[in-house]
Amino acid sequence: MSITKKDVIKVADLARLALTENETEIYTTQLTRILGYVEKLSELDTTGVEPTTYTVPLKTALREDRVRESLPREEALKNAPEAERGCFKVPQIIE
Amino acid sequence: MDLTSLTIHELREMLRKKEVSSVEAAKAYLKRIEAVEPKVRAFVTVAPEEALKEAAAADARLSKSDNVTPLTGVPVAVKDIFCTKGLRTTCSSKILEKFVPPYDSTVVRKLREAGAVILGKNNMDEFAMGSSTENSAFGKTLNPWALDRVPGGSSGGSAAAVAASLCAASLGTDTGGSIRQPASCCGIVGMKPTYGRVSRFGMIAFASSLDQAGPLTKDVEDAAILLGAISGRDDLDSTSIDAPVPDYTARLKTGVKGLKVGIPREYFIEGMDPDVDAAVKKALDTLKALGAELVEITLPHTQYAVAVYYLVATAEASSNLARYDGVRFGLRVNKTGGLLDMYKKTRDEGFGPEVKRRIMLGTYSLSAGYYDAYYKKASQVRTLVKNDFEAAFTKCDVIATPTAPTPAFKIGEKVEDPLTMYLSDIFTISCNLAGLPGISVPCGFTTGGLPIGLQILGKSLDEDTVLRSAYAYEQATEWHKRRPAL
Repeated sequence: MSITKKDVIKVADLARLALTENETEIYTTQLTRILGYVEKLSELDTTGVEPTTYTVPLKTALREDRVRESLPREEALKNAPEAERGCFKVPQIIE
Repeated sequence: MDLTSLTIHELREMLRKKEVSSVEAAKAYLKRIEAVEPKVRAFVTVAPEEALKEAAAADARLSKSDNVTPLTGVPVAVKDIFCTKGLRTTCSSKILEKFVPPYDSTVVRKLREAGAVILGKNNMDEFAMGSSTENSAFGKTLNPWALDRVPGGSSGGSAAAVAASLCAASLGTDTGGSIRQPASCCGIVGMKPTYGRVSRFGMIAFASSLDQAGPLTKDVEDAAILLGAISGRDDLDSTSIDAPVPDYTARLKTGVKGLKVGIPREYFIEGMDPDVDAAVKKALDTLKALGAELVEITLPHTQYAVAVYYLVATAEASSNLARYDGVRFGLRVNKTGGLLDMYKKTRDEGFGPEVKRRIMLGTYSLSAGYYDAYYKKASQVRTLVKNDFEAAFTKCDVIATPTAPTPAFKIGEKVEDPLTMYLSDIFTISCNLAGLPGISVPCGFTTGGLPIGLQILGKSLDEDTVLRSAYAYEQATEWHKRRPAL
């Protein structure tokens, strides 16, 4: 499977990465090579094999619905690039 | 006497007998960091003031014999992937350069409760993505045994710091070998526990189904002590296993007589460094001489593990790293004022090349039309890799292999070629895919004087047997006593 420059541009958009022209070129070559390598998985017949996503049995974690202390607002906002009136501030979304 | 040369268990005895104070030990380490750190660059952040305060508190505990644990007063470090309340946590990424966590990760909380003194935060590959610690936004860590070589990765700062005696021990994380491979490269002990043995809460996520924290130490007994301190169920991590944590030091010294050690033929491959091959085979002879029975086994899907890993881990990483969007924490790059543009510029400037490469690969393999061929296929082959181990463990108690096919490589040697770099994890990755515990223990040196590691893998939750085997081997040899000249 070879990956084109157009694919790389599309994937970068999905991943919210503003790649430079140079990065796009490099990733096209490198991803093609890596995808070529992982292609070896197609040698294996996996019909009917259950996928493993976790190696431990996952149970939905439930706890009592109790009021308890949470991170204070000021603490939660301390690392915010921009905050205003106790909220995270983002650039304008609606024109 | 040089306090920094001691293991945890040696220092603990001196602290307990009041032959030395924790403050004296912490000062000795801080002095050594001042002298040696410029050569090795194993830390992103050193926290002398905090460390000395913690040491004074530990001394108070020791003097009152109040809640003294094997770690009380012992100066350690942690990889900069673990959130430390009030202490900058960067994951060696520009995107988190100024991030100061408002809470402790569970493992750090446990270390603090045990009375350990935290000297600082170790360098790493950005977001734990790499095998050489060259992918840090804050400079490369150098191998204490050869300063022109990498310390391995991604926990390279932790491994180098322990090898260079800049801390008594360190905590790292292992997603595809990131504890064991640097331990092997730096001539120390590194252990990855069973997936779920240790809480991941507050440990910055790379690939959530594979990430696991564990100790990097000067010897196996220290690994047993540190593992015991961090293990156990945590309500804040729903994947942590609710199983009793044994005292890992209790059966450490019971030997390997009658123990069946599986030798997978797929792990002795062409292209392996001849010195590594010879050292590991000699180590197997030692285990045999100690009374273990060597059994030939097969792990037929080994050759597919790297491919599975780089699809599964990158897919998980691409979703985990979506949170770095310049909104709630971390870097924000906002030049034009648009939201979408802010996301994209923040991520492009904040992430390094390897992280972006993996986000791209993961996003691609999860995207419409490719999911079945890549992510699903990889998850199915992951089942086959896991089944290989289950079959093998009906014939043996532990599995012994080399930790890495080569010793530490030269800085810059593999930077341009990501695929070759990925293949340096060939012997460590399967263990993560199957969720099993594994350790790397020093087993010799190349003719050029570079450390070599023996890997021992165990059954799920059977850290006990892994540690016992590694201990028996270690005590029959002198490799773990060698220290680099710095």
